[in-house]
Amino acid sequence: MIEYDVLVIGGGLAGMSAALHAGEAGANVAMMSKVYPTRSHSAAAQGGINAAIGIEDSWEVHAYETVKGSDFLGDQDAIEVLCHEGISDVFELEHWGVIFDRDEEGNIHMRGFGGTDKSRTCHVGDMTGQTILHVMYERLLKVNVKSYDEWFVTTLLMEDGVCYGAVAMEMLTGKLEVFKAKAIILCTGGCGRVYEPSTNGLIVTGDGLSLAYRVGALLMDMEMVQYHPTTLPANGFLITEGARGEGAYLLNANGERFMQDERYGATSLMEKASRDVVSRAETIEIQEGRGIDGCVLIDCRHIKDRILEAFHQIYELAIDYGNVDITQEPLPVRPGMHYIMGGIKTDIDGRCYRYNGVEAEPLPGLYAAGETACVSAHGANRLGGNSLLDCVAFGRRAGAHASQYAKDTKAANVSEQVIEAEEQKIATIFERSTDVRTAALRLEMGDIMHQFTGVFRDESGLLEAQRQIQGVRERYPSVSVDDKGRVFNTDLVAFLELDYMFDCAETIIASALARKESRGAHTRTDYPERDDENWLKHVAVYHTPDGPEVTYLPVTITKWEPEARKY
Amino acid sequence: MIKANLKVYRYDPQKDAVGEASQPRYDTYQVEDLPDFATVLDALIKVREDIDGTLTMRCSCRSAICGSCAFRVNGHAKLGCKTKLSTLAPNGEEICVEPMTNMKVIKDLVTDMEMFWDKIKQVKPWIETDGEPPEREYQVPHSNMVELQQSMNCIMCGACVSDCTVLEVDTKFIAPAALAKAYRVVGDPRHAKSREWLTHLSEEGGIWDCTRCLECVEVCPKDVAPMDQIIKLRELAIKEGLTDNIGAKHVLHFTESVAHTGVLDERMLPVKAAGIGWAFKNMGLAIKAVLKGKIKPPLPGTHPTVTDVDDVQRIHDELEG
Repeated sequence: MIEYDVLVIGGGLAGMSAALHAGEAGANVAMMSKVYPTRSHSAAAQGGINAAIGIEDSWEVHAYETVKGSDFLGDQDAIEVLCHEGISDVFELEHWGVIFDRDEEGNIHMRGFGGTDKSRTCHVGDMTGQTILHVMYERLLKVNVKSYDEWFVTTLLMEDGVCYGAVAMEMLTGKLEVFKAKAIILCTGGCGRVYEPSTNGLIVTGDGLSLAYRVGALLMDMEMVQYHPTTLPANGFLITEGARGEGAYLLNANGERFMQDERYGATSLMEKASRDVVSRAETIEIQEGRGIDGCVLIDCRHIKDRILEAFHQIYELAIDYGNVDITQEPLPVRPGMHYIMGGIKTDIDGRCYRYNGVEAEPLPGLYAAGETACVSAHGANRLGGNSLLDCVAFGRRAGAHASQYAKDTKAANVSEQVIEAEEQKIATIFERSTDVRTAALRLEMGDIMHQFTGVFRDESGLLEAQRQIQGVRERYPSVSVDDKGRVFNTDLVAFLELDYMFDCAETIIASALARKESRGAHTRTDYPERDDENWLKHVAVYHTPDGPEVTYLPVTITKWEPEARKY
Repeated sequence: MIKANLKVYRYDPQKDAVGEASQPRYDTYQVEDLPDFATVLDALIKVREDIDGTLTMRCSCRSAICGSCAFRVNGHAKLGCKTKLSTLAPNGEEICVEPMTNMKVIKDLVTDMEMFWDKIKQVKPWIETDGEPPEREYQVPHSNMVELQQSMNCIMCGACVSDCTVLEVDTKFIAPAALAKAYRVVGDPRHAKSREWLTHLSEEGGIWDCTRCLECVEVCPKDVAPMDQIIKLRELAIKEGLTDNIGAKHVLHFTESVAHTGVLDERMLPVKAAGIGWAFKNMGLAIKAVLKGKIKPPLPGTHPTVTDVDDVQRIHDELEG
């Protein structure tokens, strides 16, 4: 049995921030990831990280724009923390060695992004996530935080309503091990692969969401799934919002900049409006016959110098997977699943919550941060550049709080016997021999989710999705794996991940069915208007044997009352 | 739609029913109906998902940013997700996929990366600044930051380490990826301890052990050009006066010889670089080489000269300037 004060599960930006700051606060901390930490999906964030450090900017303006971007569903206490404290987090990253692009004075250069007319997004070319991830990893090496690389978590351990550890499998040997920890911080990212296609890496399978859900944690705002406006039709790869931030146009089949259409409510910011607004506009253009093979066009020709200077990655991606030189011709793009605003309900210290029949109460010992969590800094729609900031800022706070909690908490008595149940689970899987394959079920789920829970939703579609997902899930116990060995069994891991993904799919659908209005990324064609009177509240779900049960939580409003949202 | 003809290295370290660890073998797979832009990784994923779930590899992002899927493809390390079938095998030619070399194979295409990360740790890949950090950011020129992007571009895939010809014979060599990472630190104007780092990097296994075979530059999928970063480190080390090692002395004598006589005096190079003691110790080898006619004996009057020494010196001075 391995023992720590704080065990961080997930090695992306949030996990590293949590581990670094828990360590700094004095905890005996370890980080665990199912991949090598630099493989984490944070690396894929291209555009940048927001910080209101420009002389004409302020954190209050950033906060207001984040609230507005969230369609007023974001919790404003969290948003204030994000935008205010996030500034020193970005400076800390710079001090650790992130090679941010500079302006003429040698200060951090900021680019324009969606949902604002300010330049607020600090960046390293278009490889911002990768650079920050690597620099933080190097920092972990410097301060010598123990990292369990390529370990896959199969369950969290609970006793008397307190989380006290996890069981994990070492990929290298297939051995199961009990990790006893006074506090667990889940930083496992989103659940992009629940959709097909998605911009997300293959490892983004909602592990932490499901692990927490199964021990009673509330998942909040799960209906809020972000479709990014510019993804490649070939494979769902992302073309950064930074391109539009630098002035790229979106065109329909007639060559018109359709964002100027008053229906879309973005005549002033146009292509730089929030992601939900732009993705909706694109989908309408395509549905009304002004698309080209299910796509619109992004036109970068007039900013070709900037593309060649600071967007090497997307320039190459467009050539490799779109066969288009974006400095010479427009590139077909379409909205694609990118991010989930929802997640494990936390407060601003990263503490997870459960429902006690009357209200939400903390679930002792369990924390979450980053895309896995819903604090909720993004509400119904996240602004580009706010996710890296979310990871770093709330990872830090979760790490610090968990460290203090561990100091004040006695270690639980843990029996090694918990491993037996997990071993039995694996033995049962190995016994089966059928022709039902993991990947087939996963792809079916992805298609269903994309078809019925994408940019536009309605009740009959959501009920259909619910019925179909249930049908797919019923076949899960008959799936068999080919690989029956224990050493580096990716076949087994893919099978276990699929179960996590089903939980995510079900909670997304249940939440989307519950919210009978349109807000942010959640557009119900049967309830097309935002309805503050009835729906200025969070949808939260918890696990029951009969599936997700819905409850509602209040939205925290500090300074900014809801208003009509125009860009 | 295109198809892929794969020949894949297979190895499972687990004992089979009769207690024998299985021997490595090659399996062949035909994958049909792949989209035109499909990569080697796409084909391998299709095998794993539809045909044979025991095929084991690492992969995640599919867009050359996570660094998981470096394999040897037709004999050279490549990122599976960046290697398009249409370019590699336009007529459905067989594609051979093997695990990276210079590393232990764990299973199929999965290699043990511990050695890789140990080498990264060895170069202390973090910056250390002077005193308390400023309240805001450090002010540094944009050109400095952009110059570091090339080494920062490294996604730690291991391709260069796999195909490094020095590492093949000398496991102490820190190898290209970690040395490129070291430049990212030493070349950073915020880093206050460049001399300390360069001293460490000038030791055995460090920057002077690269033979400049260019293999790392060839195979790097992210244009990091690790060898170029190593050369930059060498230049900085010499500038810092860290010349008390064979590598630096070799370079210095090379330059000196050419500058003064217009031609390289190869006979004196080992003596000048490695020292007189080394020369004595290896006298036997030297005599053998002379007897075999491989080198000329270092006697007066046998030193080669060129007639236009002045021109060579002029070129040298211009380059130095």
